[in-house]
Amino acid sequence: MKSTFIIYRFDPAVDSEGHYQEYSLETAPTDKILDCLNRIRWEQDPTLAYRFSCAHGICGSDAMMINGRIELACQKLIRDFKTANNFVIEPLPLFNVVKDLVVDMNPFFEKHRHVRPYLISDLDEPERERLQEAENQRFFEPALRCILCASCTAACPISRANPDYLGPAALLRSFRYIFDSRDTATGSRLAQIDTDDGVWGCKTMWWCTDVCPKGIPVTKCLGQIKRLVREKQKTES
Amino acid sequence: MNHQYDVVIVGAGLAGLRAAIELGEDTRTAIISKVFATRSHSGAAQGGIGAALGNEEEDHWKWHMFDTVKGSDYLADQDAVEILTKDAPRTIYELEHMGVPFNRTEEGRIAQRAFGGHTSNFGKAAIKRACFAADRTGRVILDTLWEKCLQRGIDFFNEYQIMNLTVRDGRCCGVTAYELASGTLHHFHSKAVLLATGGAGKIFRTSSNAFASTGDGMAIAFRAGAALEDMEFVQFHPTGIYKLGILISEAVRGEGGILRNSEGERFMERYAPTIKDLAPRDMVSRCILREIRDGKGIDGKDYVFLDLTHLGEEVISSKLAEISGFARTYAGVDVTKEPIPVQPTCHYMMGGIATDTDGRVMVDNQDHTISGLYAAGECACVSVHGANRLGCNSLLDVLVYGRRAGRSIRRYIHTIGLPPLSGDDPTAETAAQIAALMESTGRERSGAIRSEMQKIMMDDVSVFRRGETLVKVMEKLRLLKERCGQISIQDKGRCFNRDLLDALEVGYMLDLAEAITLGALNRDESRGAHFREDCPDRDDEHWLVHSLFCYAGPKAAPQFLTKSVKITDFEPKERKY
Ligand SMILES: Cc1cc2nc3c(=O)[nH]c(=O)nc-3n(C[C@H](O)[C@H](O)[C@H](O)COP(=O)(O)OP(=O)(O)OC[C@H]3O[C@@H](n4cnc5c(N)ncnc54)[C@H](O)[C@@H]3O)c2cc1C
Ligand code: SF4
Ligand code: FES
Repeated sequence: MKSTFIIYRFDPAVDSEGHYQEYSLETAPTDKILDCLNRIRWEQDPTLAYRFSCAHGICGSDAMMINGRIELACQKLIRDFKTANNFVIEPLPLFNVVKDLVVDMNPFFEKHRHVRPYLISDLDEPERERLQEAENQRFFEPALRCILCASCTAACPISRANPDYLGPAALLRSFRYIFDSRDTATGSRLAQIDTDDGVWGCKTMWWCTDVCPKGIPVTKCLGQIKRLVREKQKTES
Repeated sequence: MNHQYDVVIVGAGLAGLRAAIELGEDTRTAIISKVFATRSHSGAAQGGIGAALGNEEEDHWKWHMFDTVKGSDYLADQDAVEILTKDAPRTIYELEHMGVPFNRTEEGRIAQRAFGGHTSNFGKAAIKRACFAADRTGRVILDTLWEKCLQRGIDFFNEYQIMNLTVRDGRCCGVTAYELASGTLHHFHSKAVLLATGGAGKIFRTSSNAFASTGDGMAIAFRAGAALEDMEFVQFHPTGIYKLGILISEAVRGEGGILRNSEGERFMERYAPTIKDLAPRDMVSRCILREIRDGKGIDGKDYVFLDLTHLGEEVISSKLAEISGFARTYAGVDVTKEPIPVQPTCHYMMGGIATDTDGRVMVDNQDHTISGLYAAGECACVSVHGANRLGCNSLLDVLVYGRRAGRSIRRYIHTIGLPPLSGDDPTAETAAQIAALMESTGRERSGAIRSEMQKIMMDDVSVFRRGETLVKVMEKLRLLKERCGQISIQDKGRCFNRDLLDALEVGYMLDLAEAITLGALNRDESRGAHFREDCPDRDDEHWLVHSLFCYAGPKAAPQFLTKSVKITDFEPKERKY
């Protein structure tokens, strides 16, 4: 089958603004979109830039817009699209374009770092493992599926409107540590994000949940944080 | 641009990150990675990490050691395996203390499951030894260690690709790296360099490895004088998704999954009566291909079925969720209702840069080293995996030996100052290589050469090998290397120029492919993952030795040496399961 790919191009060395370029390619229903990009690059245009590595939805490199929706290029096959012979491929929204489909993810990782994404415990370490209830583990398990692809944050309308909003991915990491029974910094973690740029920035728009390629109920997890903040306020007052 | 550090670590997979943590806060450390740190292929590890914790049933590190040695077909160095298996429980507790969210037992301890080749009581029965976090074990350990490094404020140079080591008077004092976003060369001047650049699975057409797994560190060190060890031992994992090579972890069989041929028969029962589907990978891969050769592939094609329909939704959703997602997305299979079509896929390099148990890089079989140069993780060969690695032992290896390399570097850098660099620009050599490529008017494209190499290696140097074919492969690789000299770069830009990087990477892979093939040719016996149809028996009299490969210039095949195997506790025996 012949498919047409209309791909966003921007080369900072020569372009003042982006433009679209059309490629046409013989495709099979089981080809991943990433395979198609690779073949365009190998066979037609070696200057096309995009990120990729694992090719099976686990490293988080290749989130991009495919036909107006944020997807991982390696996790979508030609057969997944009704318009199987016409694709528009664009970089993730929200972030600045470095070249073609490559965006500057530094702001995304800065926010990640901001939520102190590591276990904080003021208890002594036992000789063996700390005990943890399987039930507790299951509670924050969805957050462990996150591959930091930034799809959710790029899709979030609040993130687009307010550059200071932490965004769903960083807050999801917060959720992971807040609800981990081994972490003892819950209080200060909650205080840190009990702000309009923190968890209250979330207006439950569900876009993050909708685009997450790992099927994480992001909005629901942020909802759990909000509930905990409210409960804490209640017990304190 | 020039940078100065005490230590430069190349690679942000588990080996590199673990070493960085060990170096401590008072060591100025830079981590360089060609993909953003969390994109490292360690994140793809699914099944688990082995340690004799005994949380589910009685276990001892000595049993783990025995399994590892037997799994290696007696080629592993037993002193190194002892370190590995003895240190395993401490390694797991340490990960847990850092925050790794392992699955738990009902008592709240770290849960464990069965994995291929791991047994109780020196081979009596399969044992639950693999610690895991669902089927995303690598992902969560990678996240945890990366975040620990962020907490420490370690400097990351993400999307920087190293191209050369700076070696002066037998001493390594830095690296030259290319910044992907700007095309700028950077020199990192340091007291020590640790290579933790991972595997090279992209040498073969069907592979579970990432696009970034092109063996850069191995090839760069090799060209700089380091010896490569045991390169002919390449692991083919039995269960990659048909045609795609995407891994379906052994955890599936650990949880009770069964391999079946076209007759629906559980064929592993015939080959390994004691542990059946949980036999080591080299054996299971050969068995699958034998079934296919006997006409028992599904629909007469080159795959068999991996059946987990009987495991139940609860086990699948709590322990095998990612895998069922892969099967659904890529093979259109609902694993609760249908079996997954699978075939062997290139998975892991048992060989790599020859190191001692402190990560020091060797140049020959006389214990000579390049001072200041260290290697750990999949790019290194200690050797703990010998001729065949057991599942769950790589994550363990990268962490145990990543830490040990970090520790020995820490000792080393306190004894010396920053080595002087003479007036010449240390990036000059790399700049010249890039300029030559950019200006080349040759007619070759790296993509075509890479595809040919991958096809040749898959057809003739994978699970089954033959002497006469290997001779021809050596010749074909030589021709491909010559064609490599004629590659021209179409992308003339400086920003994310993959065309240039592809060209360099295919050169690295060809050097390694040549070593793999030469080793396979010289070793006229069968051991572990190396199987010669024309010499199907193990030959301990001649080949109970490691292979070593030394660089002999761009136009010559590597020099081949051997090195004795360290045997402490377990004398070689016939390997039956
Ligand atoms: C699909 C899959 C599943 C697996 N499952 C398991 C399992 O369940 N249990 C187990 O024990 N093992 C498993 N393994 C094996 C194990 O995951 C790997 O062997 C191990 O993670 C390798 O770690 P590493 O740190 O050596 O390298 P990697 O994690 O591969 O990291 C390599 C690093 O080097 C960097 N790099 C490479 N070249 C350059 C360069 N030129 N310049 C700069 N940086 C460079 C990369 O950017 C990356 O950061 C699995 C492997 C695969 C492929
Ligand atoms: S929550 Fe989902 S969409 Fe957001 S970064 Fe993680 S994996 Fe990507
Ligand atoms: S390439 Fe790794 S997620 Fe797509």
